[in-house]
Amino acid sequence: MTLNYDDVVTRYDPVIGLETHVELGTASKMFCGCSTEFGAPANTHTCPVCLGLPGALPVANASAIEYTIRIGLALNCSIASWCRFARKNYFYPDMPKNFQTSQYDEPLCVEGYLDVDVQGNTYRVGIERVHLEEDTGKNTHVGGATGRIHGAEYSLVDYNRAGIPLVEIVTKPVEGTGELAPEVAKAYVTELRDILRTLGVSDVRMEQGSLRCDVNTSLSLAGSGVWGTRTETKNVNSLRSVERAVRSEMLRQAEILDAGGRIKQETRHFQETTGTTRSGRSKEEATDYRYFPEPDLVPLAPAPEWVAEIRGSLPELPAARRTRLQAELGLSTEDLQQMVNAGVVEAVASTVEAGAAAGEARNWWMGYLAQLANARDIEAPALPITPVQVARLIALVSDGTLSTALARQAVDGVLETGADVDEVIATRGLAMVSDTSALTDAADAAIAANPDVAEKVRGGKVAAVGALVGAVMKATRGQADAAAVRTILLERLSVSE
Amino acid sequence: MSQTNLHELSAAATATAVAAGQVSAVEVAQAHLDRISQTDDQVRAFLHIDADGALAAAKAVDDRKAAGDRLGPLAGVPLAMKDVVVTRGLPTTAGSKILQGWRPPYDATVTRKIREAGMVMLGKTNMDEFAMGSSTENSAYHPTHNPWDLSRVPGGSSGGSSAAVAAFQAPLSIGTDTGGSIRQPAAVTGLVGHKPTYGSVSRRGLIAFSSSLDQAGPFGRTVQDTALLFDAIHGHDPQDSTSIPNTRFEATAAAVEGARAELAGLRVGVVRELTGASGGYQAGVLDSFFKAVEILRGLGAEIVEVGCPSFDYALAAYYLIAPSECSSNLARFDSVRYGLRVGDDGERSLEEVMSLTREQGFGAEVKRRIMIGTYALSSGYYDAYYGQAQKVRTLIARDFDNAFAQADVLISPTSPFVAFGIGERVADPMAMYVNDLCTLPASLAGTPAISVPCGLSDELGPRLPVGLQIMAPALADERCFRVGAAFEAAYNAANGTVLSNIPALGA
Repeated sequence: MTLNYDDVVTRYDPVIGLETHVELGTASKMFCGCSTEFGAPANTHTCPVCLGLPGALPVANASAIEYTIRIGLALNCSIASWCRFARKNYFYPDMPKNFQTSQYDEPLCVEGYLDVDVQGNTYRVGIERVHLEEDTGKNTHVGGATGRIHGAEYSLVDYNRAGIPLVEIVTKPVEGTGELAPEVAKAYVTELRDILRTLGVSDVRMEQGSLRCDVNTSLSLAGSGVWGTRTETKNVNSLRSVERAVRSEMLRQAEILDAGGRIKQETRHFQETTGTTRSGRSKEEATDYRYFPEPDLVPLAPAPEWVAEIRGSLPELPAARRTRLQAELGLSTEDLQQMVNAGVVEAVASTVEAGAAAGEARNWWMGYLAQLANARDIEAPALPITPVQVARLIALVSDGTLSTALARQAVDGVLETGADVDEVIATRGLAMVSDTSALTDAADAAIAANPDVAEKVRGGKVAAVGALVGAVMKATRGQADAAAVRTILLERLSVSE
Repeated sequence: MSQTNLHELSAAATATAVAAGQVSAVEVAQAHLDRISQTDDQVRAFLHIDADGALAAAKAVDDRKAAGDRLGPLAGVPLAMKDVVVTRGLPTTAGSKILQGWRPPYDATVTRKIREAGMVMLGKTNMDEFAMGSSTENSAYHPTHNPWDLSRVPGGSSGGSSAAVAAFQAPLSIGTDTGGSIRQPAAVTGLVGHKPTYGSVSRRGLIAFSSSLDQAGPFGRTVQDTALLFDAIHGHDPQDSTSIPNTRFEATAAAVEGARAELAGLRVGVVRELTGASGGYQAGVLDSFFKAVEILRGLGAEIVEVGCPSFDYALAAYYLIAPSECSSNLARFDSVRYGLRVGDDGERSLEEVMSLTREQGFGAEVKRRIMIGTYALSSGYYDAYYGQAQKVRTLIARDFDNAFAQADVLISPTSPFVAFGIGERVADPMAMYVNDLCTLPASLAGTPAISVPCGLSDELGPRLPVGLQIMAPALADERCFRVGAAFEAAYNAANGTVLSNIPALGA
């Protein structure tokens, strides 16, 4: 790929769209009582309903409906007063009934929006629909080079995931983002993830597949307003991949268009290793899913009072919370944006709540902790250290128990051992030496070991005392307060400043 | 009590005798198992006979009796179960090869209620494959023979269940009715058959043919027996979303009361569109039907004629809705998880194995309906077919509403025909479909209906039973039983029971 991205965005306008699937965190599945717990032995969380056995019937999970309404309200949608489930018919071994119970032309939530901030601009992403459906089972294709069904020796199916409630959130096409299209896509998914987490409806773990994203991308000739053919990129499994997938697809499509080719409407798969997409099944001949209203379920008619009650119980959403925290913590818009990008807003807020000063909390999460997280390719809040622990370290530094350097060593210790801050300090002997007699002994030893330096100081060259301070600090392995050491040395040498 | 004719007792009499200790449930079960072994090589009502399970269930009833437990109104009464209802650990095939050998890991709610009632399940009865048919000839295993004339069909799709009760192999049986599959077999075998209000009997564990139409219901030799079984199986089921909350019928009480009552003040509507005005009904059927109208009039009922013009479109609508739903319901039979698997030689692809399995596992009628339904649901055709059929359904429901404003119950022949000969109609699907002409409207509207024997027709040679269909508004199932019992009592008083005319089966 030889094209230059900056050049591409001057000649083409990208249009993006996102379809996000969220596994809801309900205790039981969408249409039966089986557990939704992740990681159980294969096919242990199954029953006649989620295995699609003959005669089995679905019963809709009321919590899943409530969660979906919560999501719809948080995304400024209207909630349908009456809607139905529909059957989406197609054959695949991970689909126990060979139809997916989903929603078609009557989604539960419609016509909403989500505002996202990117580089000081606010983009309003229209939400087309939020609907509820059931997840499929999970196939593992064994043997063969690709891990896909073709060429595999055999395939294993785990139906534990089959029937887990899944919410699909579909945006309207997003135009006018220009060169920022990849960032807007990422910001949208990030904001959506934070909202879902705040709502408590899902654990939104992209790496476990509880949040899955399909990215639609097309290019139109700059200024033409005529949309090009779109592709749908699947297998986008991290926030960073969302951005990379859009960028890579823009470049790929531009190259084809530049060469006078046409874009094939198809499903593509994002590949983490190369950061590019490869062709999946063609969508040129659209599958006919033969949707029809699910006769085994009664229509869904959420009472307006219930919807109002859910609306009243929504927690403070991330955008509002950020505005409030910005004021409370006295942050500049730029500071806040950086913290949002680093994913540390909540961590900083919790650290402040645990007693730390806002500036200190921000410095730790954006500084040393961010550095460590970066090295592990995660966001700082995913480090195994809690805001309460960070607040404790900040307190220990500010009361002089620890120097900043020691506090960093304490962080390392917490991350390595999983032990609490004070335990790490005790076992590793990290506390500052504040015992005056110990420091006096160390000072005397340094004076005795460096008689010529001592003489210079006595002779009035006070600045030379620095060498002796260094010797004492070395002897106490950095655990002494340098200023206190200096005072003691000058006292022992009977020199005043 | 004579051991030799235990199988001829009504369900009510059997339960009373068991509860009174006059006979043991095991003796009753054994008598019926004996009757089955004597007659089923001729009738072929059963696909699977569970003698061990039946005797164990009977023994459990006897043990409870011995322990001094109060027995329920059907404890110790044998029952034949249509093979479309899942039974834990017992073969359940829905009459199809594709489910050969499958033993369900769970009980249908109906099965559970049967067991909890202390009833003794004798086995699983033959049926048209996946309940698609009106003669039981579409069974993938074998046809079932009508005990009235072994060369004739016992109706369908619940033909095994009707034949078993008519052959005195069981006093009661469970059938399912999607477009008439209880009422029509009841009519052509001289039995009572009830299609309950949609949603009053749980569908959990009924292998679905057409989800918005399927209902399980009872067969019996008397209205009261049939009511006893309905009382045992109906009720809200939280595991079936389409089950109606807070349903509690007293069908047995209604039947008992009806048998003693006159029908003064009752308005009975004769449905113009279902009484053969446009031809196509057998004369013997119409003759019995109009005599039945006179019996009802004699009981004091006011007879009115009602028009339900949309009923003329019921057949067309039904043959779009039911196949559409079945094309989706039967998609799960794909060889992957259970049932038949054909051609899995390690070389063929998943799609090939799936295709071969479905090709060999499904019969012609099932394939025909899957194809019709797949077509009707296809993008671009949906509105013209499935969508239009749903509108007809609404119109039919509206016709019922109008008719029930003029009449308390509606009546018609249950089927335009008496039992026809095996093989007579298999070549022409339409000739088969018209059997359900009279039963389809209540199916599409979800309203209850009962078929009660109302006479005999010898138009085709042998004397064969004719059924009277009594339809009531949704949730007025008790009314079906009350009127049905009144009619039955009056008919029997004048003519003796229809079933007393059944020829004896050869030993």
